[in-house]
Amino acid sequence: MSARCRSDAAAILPDRFLRWFADRGWTPRAHQLELMAHARAGRDALLIAPTGAGKTLAGFLPSLVELAEGSQSENAGLHTLYVSPLKALAVDVARNLTTPVSEMGLPISIEGRTGDTPPSRRKRQKQRPPDMLLTTPEQLALLIGDPGAVRLFETVRRIVVDELHALAPTKRGDQLALALARVKAIAPELTTVGLSATVKTPAELQRWLSDPRSRRGPAELVQIAGGAAPDITVHETDERLPWSGHGGRHAILEIYEQIRRHKTTLVFANTRAQAELTFQALWEVNDDTLPIALHHGSLDVGQRRKVEAAMAEGRLKAIVCTSTLDLGIDWGDVDLVVQMGSPKGSSRLLQRTGRANHRLDEPSKSILVPANRFEVIECQAAREAALAGEQDADAVKPGGLDVLAQHVLGVACGGPFDEDALYEEVVSTAPYETLDRETFSDVVQFVATGGYALKSYERFAKIRKTKDGLWRVANPATAQRWRMNVGTIIEATSLKVRLGRVRRTAAGGVGPAGFGGRVIGEIEEYFVETMTPGDTFMFGGEILKYEALIETELYVSRSSSEAPKVPTYVGGRMPLTTDVAARVRAMLDDRESWPRLPTQVREWLSYQQERSIIPNRNRLLVETFPRAGKHFLVAYPFEGRLAHQTLGMLLTRRLERAHARPLGFVASDYALAIWGLGDVSAMIDGGLLSLDQLFDEDMLGDDLEAWMAESALMKRTFRNCAIIAGLIERNVIGANRKTGRQVTMSTDLIYDVLRRHEPNHVLLRAARADASRGLIDLWRVADFLKRVKDHIEHRPLDRVSPLAVPILLEVGREPVYGAAQDALLREAAETLVEEAMGPEAAAKAQDRGPPSFLRAL
Amino acid sequence: MILSALLHDDLVEPTLSVAGVALVADPSGALYEPRSGALVVADLHLEKGSSFARRGQFLPPYDTATTLGRLARLVEAYRPRAVVALGDSFHDGGGPDRLCEADRASIAAFQRGRDWIWISGNHDPEPPAACGGEAAAEMALGALTLRHKPRPGASSGELAGHLHPVAKVAIRGHGLRRRCFATDGARVVLPAFGAYAGGLNVRDAAFHGLFAAGALTAWMLGETGVYAVAGQGLRPD
Repeated sequence: MSARCRSDAAAILPDRFLRWFADRGWTPRAHQLELMAHARAGRDALLIAPTGAGKTLAGFLPSLVELAEGSQSENAGLHTLYVSPLKALAVDVARNLTTPVSEMGLPISIEGRTGDTPPSRRKRQKQRPPDMLLTTPEQLALLIGDPGAVRLFETVRRIVVDELHALAPTKRGDQLALALARVKAIAPELTTVGLSATVKTPAELQRWLSDPRSRRGPAELVQIAGGAAPDITVHETDERLPWSGHGGRHAILEIYEQIRRHKTTLVFANTRAQAELTFQALWEVNDDTLPIALHHGSLDVGQRRKVEAAMAEGRLKAIVCTSTLDLGIDWGDVDLVVQMGSPKGSSRLLQRTGRANHRLDEPSKSILVPANRFEVIECQAAREAALAGEQDADAVKPGGLDVLAQHVLGVACGGPFDEDALYEEVVSTAPYETLDRETFSDVVQFVATGGYALKSYERFAKIRKTKDGLWRVANPATAQRWRMNVGTIIEATSLKVRLGRVRRTAAGGVGPAGFGGRVIGEIEEYFVETMTPGDTFMFGGEILKYEALIETELYVSRSSSEAPKVPTYVGGRMPLTTDVAARVRAMLDDRESWPRLPTQVREWLSYQQERSIIPNRNRLLVETFPRAGKHFLVAYPFEGRLAHQTLGMLLTRRLERAHARPLGFVASDYALAIWGLGDVSAMIDGGLLSLDQLFDEDMLGDDLEAWMAESALMKRTFRNCAIIAGLIERNVIGANRKTGRQVTMSTDLIYDVLRRHEPNHVLLRAARADASRGLIDLWRVADFLKRVKDHIEHRPLDRVSPLAVPILLEVGREPVYGAAQDALLREAAETLVEEAMGPEAAAKAQDRGPPSFLRAL
Repeated sequence: MILSALLHDDLVEPTLSVAGVALVADPSGALYEPRSGALVVADLHLEKGSSFARRGQFLPPYDTATTLGRLARLVEAYRPRAVVALGDSFHDGGGPDRLCEADRASIAAFQRGRDWIWISGNHDPEPPAACGGEAAAEMALGALTLRHKPRPGASSGELAGHLHPVAKVAIRGHGLRRRCFATDGARVVLPAFGAYAGGLNVRDAAFHGLFAAGALTAWMLGETGVYAVAGQGLRPD
């Protein structure tokens, strides 16, 4: 630390603080002083720092100083509001702040407010607020909708938002932005500080923190230079590299060896299934019975807390985990991170690598373990991107209209509002700055009466415009229901997994035999739907047998089976990011970079070059070939699985129209394969099919509309929007199993009815916007189609190409939609009827369609 | 009239049979009895949207129009001599009053030139006021008995609604859940016809004891046909 900095410190920090730093042998860091100076000048600030740089103290220092210096009497009101995405983080920060506060003897009260805070304390917090309140976006939203909001927030001088990079691009971020705008409207003099990990475009977060158009201007940027460069290696193996799959089993012994040699290792997997497999495989080779634990979102909360505690105490040698440990409390002793499979993006790789070694001056160390040949290239690309310090663009997108609807009702619950004034407040936030007045009006109308062209719900209005021109909540019951439904996180319906025996009841049903055993975790419903009783699966590191489903619980027993039926398709996988995808394309295309790849991968690429061609980075390679009586079309866009799935849906429709008789398709992060009965090579050769036309951008018109209408992905997205916007009540869902199911069904029914009658309804607009950024990744499809226009390279082949092998191995693992479901129903009926009645009767029974005259309708 | 008779006799293939009576199961969820020319629909739940709206959940107010539109296509296609609404025709007692004029007019139009029977259900124990037709607690149709709630125990020739049956199959890793006709040949429980009516799995306890052991078949509604799946192949939710 320079002499200048020290004198700065003397000027900025009171003696009490300087002594405290000195007593501990510390000196205030430059960024801590910078933040102090900005706060003094009344400026908002964004602090970007790698983990371990003392971000939290820096964020709070201005508040501590102000509170220590201030002549604040007791009960002067709430001074500082801290918001973090994690409950655990709020608790941890409270603990960390208590140390300096008590050591300096500061008269500052610090309290947390989360879903676990007892009602008596919440009530007291509203009447006699602490100096500092640490909370989550959801709890803040609830406070905004409280009639005492103005009184509570009018004294606030400072807001600290933690992990801003993780919050800002999400719906929770939209909700928080709106809530903060409300607090700022109540207490205009306050300043805001955002704490963030390294991001690609800090300017976006600076704008997020403070209204860019106000006279204050965007937040000041304070950056701490990254410490030592990370040490990232891609695992090389002598074993045969698999063609497909994501298990990484071939590398287990070598990973185990690394765990032995390090103090504590975090092993990250991309999916729960992969975490389960890795955990199981590690224990199979764990001859030294090292303490290796498992941590993922399905495991029982108590179990997870135990693992975390053991980790904090340094009792574990390794934890196999999923993104559940991406964020959160720092553990000092981790000195190695292993990433199973590709990290899919550079930011995630840097973030995970940063979990090892929380000291700035030493490099964090991570090893990437590619699970198949393609992943070798991908891991190499991600590594190079990370070493170059590249961050993925995780752009702040336009705020959700569903979130806005929830907020508007919340504001009304807090007190009457003027529509114009609220509009101005809403567009002062970054997510909603482009929102037009008319759309805002639509949202207000939606909140009031549903916003339908058919005005039949006026008399049931939730909010009403009174004579003074202000909107008011119609009745106390509305506010009550709003409180029960606040939040933007929609959990997938999940079932408890319980160890226990079942018995058959006389009525032909099943019931628990005696008292059920222990609950070992929760599991998503869609996973259970793919299994039948007797199936085995991996969970919590054990192989379990599905015994029965009783109400909301899945009864299981321990199985001695050696080969569990693990899910082959797992949702929730992140698609490959645009930047890493571009690097992969470039790496393939650039022969100079091949020597950096392992021999097996190089050989594979050389074969591809011989048999077909290597995809050019600026062109789209399309291969067509016959295989097993069918004709395949394989394209290599490298745009991620979600975008490929959408593309697959649209291309299949078009091939259908071109009489190519497509039967199905499959998508991976790199490629998509469509197969059918028509000889596509011959059709292209004979001029019956044009690839340029097939991949034309106009597929985003009618074809997209038609597909979205029936898409299960759209329906799921719509359901989430409907819950967030308050069309469907969240607290009803999952209240009991029957209701939960009926509501799930009903949102699909509602979607169908609404789409037919009001295709431009505000909720459908919200769902479309979500889907195009989320599950169907439309913006990426659009960019891709533009990029490859007139740049398609076709290779007709006599058989499958080496590059196509991995994608063909995925065939049969994808979900189906629309018309294909009828075919499946027919098949279900055929197989099952045959089983039950014998083939002849089955043939007779199945020859039924609708009456022929109905078919013509 | 001649045309419609032709349709009935020659073109409408019976799908399932209950107590020896051949019935046509339409993919929309309606049941047609060719001999008497009666069309049976269960659980219309008209005005369910507005019923929810009273409590501040503004479901799109188009469910009644959608349900009636579906019914209109059926009436057009089958030209039934009678229509029987098998109970829970309205979601609540105030439903008939909340009907908009256009929907009220379509109901009146359906009733012209044919019998129309409102069977009472638990959601609508009183006959709907000012909605035409006749009301009954239950009715007989040849060997068949039509009522809202299936009567516990074995049956001979019962057509009922109330339970909103859906069936689920898992095939090649995909789970499909559809509304269905649930039958053992002695009774049939019709799927709910209403646009917003949810469903209850036929493996639920509520169905226990209604069908002869091992004889349940679910006729699952597809887009273009109904598909018979034997009870043993059906999955719980």
